[in-house]
Amino acid sequence: MEPILKIRNLSISFKQYEKGTKQRKIQTIRNLSLEILPGQVAAVVGESGSGKSLLAHGILGILPYNSQMKGEILYDGRTLDKKRAEELRGREIALIPQGVSWLDPLMKVGPQLFKGKKDAQTKTRYREALARYGLGPETEELYPFELSGGMARRVLIASAVAEKPRLVIADEPTPGLDERTAVRILGHFRELADEGAAVLLITHDLRLALTIADQVTVFYNGETIEKASPEDFQDIRRLKAPFTKALWTAMPEHDFKAAEIEGPGDVGGDA
Amino acid sequence: MKHRLGFAGKKLIRIALLLLGVSFVTFLLMSASPLDPLQTNVGQVALGSMSQEQVEALLAYWGVDTPPLTRYAGWLGDVLKGDFGTSLLYRRPVLEVVGERLSSSLILLLSAWILSGILGLFLGVVAGAFRGRLPDRLIRGYCVVISSTPAFWLAILLLLIFSVWLGWFPIGMSVPVGMESSAVTVFDRLYHAVLPALTLSITGVANIALHTREKMADVMESDYVLFARARGEDARGIVLRHGLRNVMLPAITLQFASISEIIGGSVLVEQVFSYPGLGQAAVTAGLGSDLPLLLGITVITAAIVFGGNLVADLLYGAVDPRIRRGAAKS
Repeated sequence: MEPILKIRNLSISFKQYEKGTKQRKIQTIRNLSLEILPGQVAAVVGESGSGKSLLAHGILGILPYNSQMKGEILYDGRTLDKKRAEELRGREIALIPQGVSWLDPLMKVGPQLFKGKKDAQTKTRYREALARYGLGPETEELYPFELSGGMARRVLIASAVAEKPRLVIADEPTPGLDERTAVRILGHFRELADEGAAVLLITHDLRLALTIADQVTVFYNGETIEKASPEDFQDIRRLKAPFTKALWTAMPEHDFKAAEIEGPGDVGGDA
Repeated sequence: MKHRLGFAGKKLIRIALLLLGVSFVTFLLMSASPLDPLQTNVGQVALGSMSQEQVEALLAYWGVDTPPLTRYAGWLGDVLKGDFGTSLLYRRPVLEVVGERLSSSLILLLSAWILSGILGLFLGVVAGAFRGRLPDRLIRGYCVVISSTPAFWLAILLLLIFSVWLGWFPIGMSVPVGMESSAVTVFDRLYHAVLPALTLSITGVANIALHTREKMADVMESDYVLFARARGEDARGIVLRHGLRNVMLPAITLQFASISEIIGGSVLVEQVFSYPGLGQAAVTAGLGSDLPLLLGITVITAAIVFGGNLVADLLYGAVDPRIRRGAAKS
C-alpha cells in the first residue's frame, strides 16, 4: 500500500527579533521523516512547547509568515505545496486542534461548522457527524463557551469527520481531559484509522499515544531521536535514546520495572 | 432582576458624582479665570462713562461681588430643583439656549459621528486584515498624519480649498446668509453642515481606525482564524465571518467613546466655520464669563457622553453571547 503522507527531511524554523534589530533563527523541527499508510495511526511525541504544532501547520500550509520550511512533503504520491494544501485542507486533510479556543467565541457551533454554507446537504453531513459522537442538533445552537471540554473535542472531531478526510491531523487533542474522556477521544481516532483514514497524532503524552498508535516517532529538541513500534515500548532494552527511556520510566506503570531492569544490567557489567 | 437593579443603582450614583465633579471643576476654572466680565462684556470705554450705581448694578448682575462658594451652592440648589438659571449673555433660560444650539449642532454631530464610525471601522478592518502590507501601511500613515493634525487647522484648510478656491461649499454659518428662517430647507442645513462634519469625521476616523486595526490584527492571529484557514475557509470569508464579528464588540465601545471627541472637536470646528452650534456657544460663554450657560453646557454634554458609554455597556450585553446567555443562566 502506498503511504498517504510521506515526509522527507522536513525542517521548520522561524525568525524572531530580539532586542530591536537582532534576528534570531529558531529551529523547531530538524530533518523529520515520516510515512503514514492509510488505516494507520502515527504518533509524533515531543515535550510541550517544542513546536510540534508547527508540523501540523506546515503540512496544512498555514505556517506563520515569519517561518521557513525545508524538505519534502508528499501527499498521495505528489508534492504537497502551498497551493495544493490550500485546495485539500478542510476536505481531504483535516485538522483537529487542541480545544475550544480554536472555535470562534462569538459564533454558534452550527454556523461555524457549516463554514458559511447553508445548503441542506452540508447541514446533514455535519449533523450526522455530530450524531456519531453523541451530540444532538441542539449542539448547533450553543456557543463555544457553553461546551464542556469533552464536548468541545467531540465537536472538533466531528468538524473533521464530516468531510470524510483521508488524512486526519490531531494536534494535542487530549490535554485538560480526565483519563476516561481522553481514552475515549483517542478511541475515536483509532476508529477513524480503522475506517481507512490515516491519522497523524501529535502529542506530548507517550502513554496515551501508545494505546492507539501503530508507530511512534519521538522527537526532542527538534531532532527525531526514536522511531519505534508500540511493541518496542514493552521492553526498555529495545529503546535507543535516553530521552525515550526517560519518558518510558516516567510512565506510572513502569516505575518499578524500570529499576529492576537497570539493576541486573549493572551487576552484569561488574562481573 | 436584583443584578439589574444593582447595575442601575451603581450607574445612577456614578453619573451624579460625575456631574457634580464636572460642574465643580468648571466653576473653579471660571472663578480662577483672569477675565473681568465687566471689561469683556461692557468694555472699558462704556464703563468709564457710567455712574457708580450703574457699575455696581452690573457687578451684581455678573455676580462679581458674591463669594464663589455661595454662587456655586446657589447654582447647585437651583439645578437640583430643575432650574439651570438664565444665560447672562443671551438673557434667556440656559436650557432654552442649550436646546436650540444642540438641535442646530445635531445634524453636524450625528453625521460626523456616524461617518467617522463607519469609515473608521472599515479602514481598521482592512488595515488589520492586510497587516504589514501596502493597504495597511497607507491607512496607518493616514491615521498617524491625521491624529497629529489639529482639528482647527484642518478646518481652515478645508475651508480654504473647498469654499474659497473651489467655491463648492458656503464659507460658514448653518443656513444661507440673508434668508428668512421659514425659507430655509433641510437641504440648506445639510449643505452647510458638510464641511464641518467632514472635518470632524476626518479627525475622528484616525483614532477609531487605529484601534480597530489593532483588534483586527489580534483576531487574524487567533487560534480560531487559524483553524478556519485549516478548514479551508477563504480569506474573504474569514474577514467577513470571523473578523467583523469579533471586532464588533470593541468597535461599539470605540464608537460610543468617540462621542466625547466629536463634541470636543466641535468646539473648535464650529468656531472656524462660524457654525452657531453648541460648541460655539460654549466658547462664547467661556470668553464672556457667562457662568450659568457654561455650566449648563458642560453638565449637559457630560451627561450625553455618560449616556453614550451607558448605551455601549448595554449593547455589549445584548451583542456578546457570553454576557447575554451567561446572565440569563445565573
